[in-house]
Amino acid sequence: MRRHLRLLLIFCLLPLAAWGVERFPPPEFSTDYRLPELLLPGFRPEWLPFLDVAVLAAALALAAWVVLKKRSRVGVFALTLFSILYFGFFRRGCVCSVGSLQNVAYSLTHADYALPLAAAAFFLLPLAFALFAGRVFCAAVCPLGAAQDVVLFKPIKLPPWLEHVLGLLPYLYLGAGVLFAALGTHFLICEYDPFVALFRLSGPVHMLLFGGVLLAVGMFVGRPYCRFLCPYGVLLRWTAPLARWRVRITPTTCVNCRLCEDACPYGALHPPTPVGGARREGRGRLVLALVALPVLMALGAWGGYKAITPLYFTDPIAVQARAIETQEADTGASTASTAEKPVDPLYMQALKQRRHYELGGVLFGLWVGLVLGGKLIALSVRRRRSEYETDAAACLACARCFGSCPVEHDRLARQTEVETS
Amino acid sequence: MTDEKQPVSRREFLGMGLRGAGVLVAGGALGVLAHAHATTVWQIDPEKCTQCAGLPEARCATACVKTPSAVKCVHAHAICGYCKLCTGFFLPQPNDLNTGAENQQCPTGAIKRTYIEDPYYEYVIDRNLCIGCAKCVKGCTDFGNGSLFLQIIHDRDHCTECNACAIAVACPAQAIVRVPGTAPYLIKTSFK
Repeated sequence: MRRHLRLLLIFCLLPLAAWGVERFPPPEFSTDYRLPELLLPGFRPEWLPFLDVAVLAAALALAAWVVLKKRSRVGVFALTLFSILYFGFFRRGCVCSVGSLQNVAYSLTHADYALPLAAAAFFLLPLAFALFAGRVFCAAVCPLGAAQDVVLFKPIKLPPWLEHVLGLLPYLYLGAGVLFAALGTHFLICEYDPFVALFRLSGPVHMLLFGGVLLAVGMFVGRPYCRFLCPYGVLLRWTAPLARWRVRITPTTCVNCRLCEDACPYGALHPPTPVGGARREGRGRLVLALVALPVLMALGAWGGYKAITPLYFTDPIAVQARAIETQEADTGASTASTAEKPVDPLYMQALKQRRHYELGGVLFGLWVGLVLGGKLIALSVRRRRSEYETDAAACLACARCFGSCPVEHDRLARQTEVETS
Repeated sequence: MTDEKQPVSRREFLGMGLRGAGVLVAGGALGVLAHAHATTVWQIDPEKCTQCAGLPEARCATACVKTPSAVKCVHAHAICGYCKLCTGFFLPQPNDLNTGAENQQCPTGAIKRTYIEDPYYEYVIDRNLCIGCAKCVKGCTDFGNGSLFLQIIHDRDHCTECNACAIAVACPAQAIVRVPGTAPYLIKTSFK
């Protein structure tokens, strides 16, 4: 009986909710009972993000020194192991440079989001280093690259056409990642990060499987994620060719011995071009590719608009707006409330988001067209190389090729001679 | 020092210019951002949380990359009514007002009920047992003071500080927000 009375009391007191007071005022105890304190574990110490940034900068500097000055593969390997342990297992992957590009995109479209210092530094530092020393971040600092680098067992060369086709994926992935981050829907690149689940030792099964498959493939195809998916690698591709100091296979002059021919597991080593060739035919192809670019971009814009706009319905804002709409329709609340407040701000927000999706679809389509057209143009432009050259954009600075150069061996022999004498 | 100066080629000059510009942009951006927080973390805004009303399972319990979830129930005793019939602790129309499992909302028995004085009882959450299912939170928010609420626990054993919180994407109420790393909790201080 008392129970029912109390329930009755509860329901009588319900309207009090509207006034913002407790339904059941906190009691005044007659015994000397004291309220337990709300103890919640503190966050990581405040200085830890700064330590992370400092370690990142130090690791980048060390990588540049080891690759360019010491020319030591052993040094790179040691740093690789450190990165797996610190940036991978200790920091558990987040925030990483690859993901940070989404934070940057999100902060550009959302004024209320202040980009945290750690995310900004992880985004900028590797790019700044690439301007001077090439992709030393990829060489030994990025935990995702490091995890793949250590499993490389017997590299095979991919046929050029496959390499070119798969090489387009990072550009498209970058476009999609920036698009959804800018829309504020979700961080695609983080969600489909194949190795972070490994570093956390916990995660969704499909991502653990994906990571495992990539590592298995990575035993034979060098760094599949870095070369054929990594969106941050695209940004590094753009900055690395400007590098002041580049990775060169030979320490002094190339003797064209061809011993380094198969040294690069990542397809970043290009042989000398044959002398002569059909110049006329090449020019025709280039003109065709230049004409195709605007056509591809126009097609892309149309396709992007058609493909991306329907995705709006999966956007959290749209889902929430629809849930509220059905709820209001069920309870009939909307008819009562419309007189006072014309349109719920959530509906306005949803409408705005829909327009953002339409615009984003067009921009994404333009980007896809630009990437495809640009690739066609790049394939049609003839390049001349008189010796084996590293492709600064694609070189991951892993220092594997140094060991195959006889000039390098000669240098090392002289060095030890000087040291011993 | 040699007097002969190598002329700078166009390519080198361009490279130098771009590098200089890049460093300037990076430095400038870092300078502007220096006012921002060193880092942000994810937290549940208890005022926005709907305890996944209408859904079979609370997303906080199922969507986290960690199992069990990094989300736990937190009790603000300062606004608790110390009810004998706690709607967060007891199922609707319990057989009896005792700690029998069949009477409890909590599927893991994570709430400890202690007699203080008539008619008041104290409720304490055992965070090691809590799975973040929000059943008690729903009971307390619907019929009580709302002193039970969910929070993402920020220590090494719980939240992994994902850059993109998996629960934030799944949350139907968009209740998971970024907060400064220096103040990682959103504690309820009054009943709303």
